[in-house]
Amino acid sequence: MATAIAFVALVALNAYVLLGGADFGGGVWDFFATGPRRAEQRALIAEAIGPIWEANHVWLILVVVLLFTCFPAVFSGLAIALHIPLTLMLIGIVLRGSAFAFRSYGSAEDGPQRRWGRVFAIASLLTPVLLGVCIGAIASGRVGAILEQVYRHGRGESFVSLYVSPWLSPFTIAVGALALSLFAFLAATYLTVEADDAELREDFRRRALAAAIAVFVTAFLALSLARSHAPRVSAGLIASAWAPLLHVLTAVSAILAIAALWTRKWRVARVAAAAQVTLILWGWAAAQAPYLIPPTLTIGSTAAPRRTLALFLIALALGAVVLFPSITYLFRLFKSARMHEPGANRTN
Amino acid sequence: MGDVLAARSQMAVSLGFHILFAVVGIAMPVLMIIAEARWRRTGDAMYLELAKRWAKGTAILFAVGAVSGTVISFELGLLWPGFMRFAGAIIGMPFSLEGFAFFAEAIFLGVYLYGWQRISPRAHIVAGALVAVSGAASALFVVIANAWMNTPTGFRLQNGAPVDVDPIAAMLTPAAFHEILHMLLAAYAATGFAVAGIHGFMLLRDHRNAFHRRALVVALMVGVPAAIVQPISGDISARYVAHWQPPKLAAMEGQFRTESGAPLRLGGIPDVAAQRTRWAIEIPNGLSLLAFHDPHAVVRGLDAVPRRDWPPVPVVHVAFQIMVALGTYLALLGVWVAIETWRRRDLPANRWLMRAVAIASPMGFLCIEAGWTVTEVGRQPWVIFGVMRTADAVTPMPGLIVPFLVISALYCFLGVVVAWLLYDLVMRSPITREGDGTMAPVAA
Repeated sequence: MATAIAFVALVALNAYVLLGGADFGGGVWDFFATGPRRAEQRALIAEAIGPIWEANHVWLILVVVLLFTCFPAVFSGLAIALHIPLTLMLIGIVLRGSAFAFRSYGSAEDGPQRRWGRVFAIASLLTPVLLGVCIGAIASGRVGAILEQVYRHGRGESFVSLYVSPWLSPFTIAVGALALSLFAFLAATYLTVEADDAELREDFRRRALAAAIAVFVTAFLALSLARSHAPRVSAGLIASAWAPLLHVLTAVSAILAIAALWTRKWRVARVAAAAQVTLILWGWAAAQAPYLIPPTLTIGSTAAPRRTLALFLIALALGAVVLFPSITYLFRLFKSARMHEPGANRTN
Repeated sequence: MGDVLAARSQMAVSLGFHILFAVVGIAMPVLMIIAEARWRRTGDAMYLELAKRWAKGTAILFAVGAVSGTVISFELGLLWPGFMRFAGAIIGMPFSLEGFAFFAEAIFLGVYLYGWQRISPRAHIVAGALVAVSGAASALFVVIANAWMNTPTGFRLQNGAPVDVDPIAAMLTPAAFHEILHMLLAAYAATGFAVAGIHGFMLLRDHRNAFHRRALVVALMVGVPAAIVQPISGDISARYVAHWQPPKLAAMEGQFRTESGAPLRLGGIPDVAAQRTRWAIEIPNGLSLLAFHDPHAVVRGLDAVPRRDWPPVPVVHVAFQIMVALGTYLALLGVWVAIETWRRRDLPANRWLMRAVAIASPMGFLCIEAGWTVTEVGRQPWVIFGVMRTADAVTPMPGLIVPFLVISALYCFLGVVVAWLLYDLVMRSPITREGDGTMAPVAA
């Protein structure tokens, strides 16, 4: 049962990466909006994420409540060891969301619009890096090692060695850069489908291809650093029985995504890009299983009592019955059969 | 500032900031759908304008509420890992359900805000109603979690660790019912009067402004009933606290000595060193009567528990006095509005009433802040009453003053921005006067 719930956590994280991640990626392209269609690019991004970003954001909250209900020791352990990057990530989340709302619903004048747009874009750029840094720190096994020290020896070590160096290393930064590239890649690919205008679509096609290169470079970097910095995950990714299949599938979806972008098959590209990102995430999870925080805390050793887990699964099933139709409705309303009237979405 | 105090301060700032937006998210959808329903029924376009403008303000406030709520869900662990480790399996359930309710709220708010032209009128109102319902459900579940911290149930202690965990029993904790009732009524009263106050202020300038007249009526429809009923719910709460958390009640009332026929103290400053409350107006037997409905009942004072288990008495007492005073003002104002409405008087033309409504604008929110101060500070030094001390729950990371200052600065900045944006929105309201027929052009 605990394994089933850990699997749900992975699915929720996956949904957050594919949906919420793309919203952050949208902010990245707001930051890098260039050329004659700069304003149109920004308008498309705002229109694409406006109705859905708050719902997409809730996937992260679901991961959090799931962790602290079903794996309380994991949640409190991560919160202790990753206090600083998590706090920074929260500041990014707060500024991104607030600035986006201020820009959408506040004064329509140029000055405030530009300033809030700037805050929105910069926060969108930094938050994914911090999320990646946290995941990298978990994968490296150093979070788990530090927790042992904190729990056993109290506060003997220096502040930096306990609360900074576990998450600040070339490897974690490479994972942060990989997360950023992936989110930007997803966003640009989705936006090629959502753009009504052929030129705008080309803008995002070029951006998607550039991001694909960035994904390739950062993934290569992260994998090579993983050998020395995250040996367990690295070994899993190389030596496991499932590893060759995973690599083949990931490579196929990556090549398919690029080929589809190249040949302008937008919808195929969107599916392939999402598949590629999903496989990367699942590869990490599979390489780390059964550990939630390697090298000490496993799914089994940190699971809440059975009664709590069973109730959580029941609540999850009931929640899914209500929420999945609602989410489908939201996305059908705003993402399929797009209306070709500018501003049809806005309340003013 | 020590680490525990810094962590408590950061939690206080985060909760105090978030609660303002959370409350708006509970009550504002009700105002919006009333305005929209009136537009559908009467065809009066001014109600549509009202619903759309309120929706704009709500969108800003909801976004800030959503992200500041996320901060709290992380801070539970960032600041209190000891608490989460102990309590996660017991009380994570209502937090999870809150997550689902919040999901529904976010989905249907997106539909409501961006769906004006895309869905049928009926579907649009239903989406608004679902935002209101899921907002109330979110509040219900979060308050259950807080209630459990006051009256922990659903587990047994064995060598300091919880065993026989029963999340359902934990959710049925005795404090849940009265806390939920009190919080939901507070949300409707505070938001109703806050909005009524803003429009009442504008009506003092021009009482024939058609936009503000309609806004005032809808806001009062939500605020007045809640404010009038709230004292009853307050009485229920006080009796529960008297039974389950005597030290909290003693701190609220500045009751140092255990005595029968305890007086009710209005105002006053508790002097902890001298163990007495000075300068209070004392109503003989009042506290015994209110807390136990018996003028001679024994009220347990702070002397019934060891000194190290006392909450910070002056803070709790003063916050409680503020809450009661402002809540009483809102309830009396509600009665006044109800009488004037019953007598079919034109409310906006009554300048004294409009002044009273205008100054009530911030009061509900101050009440809520004061009330949460009573609940949270009154529970100290415990994070889980009688089970775990706050100092034992805090993170081992030193230097917590830094995140406290950073988060405080961030929220000060956001608070100023939001206030300015709302001011801007109100100041650009339509200026059509009642009976003029056409609507003035509106700068969007």
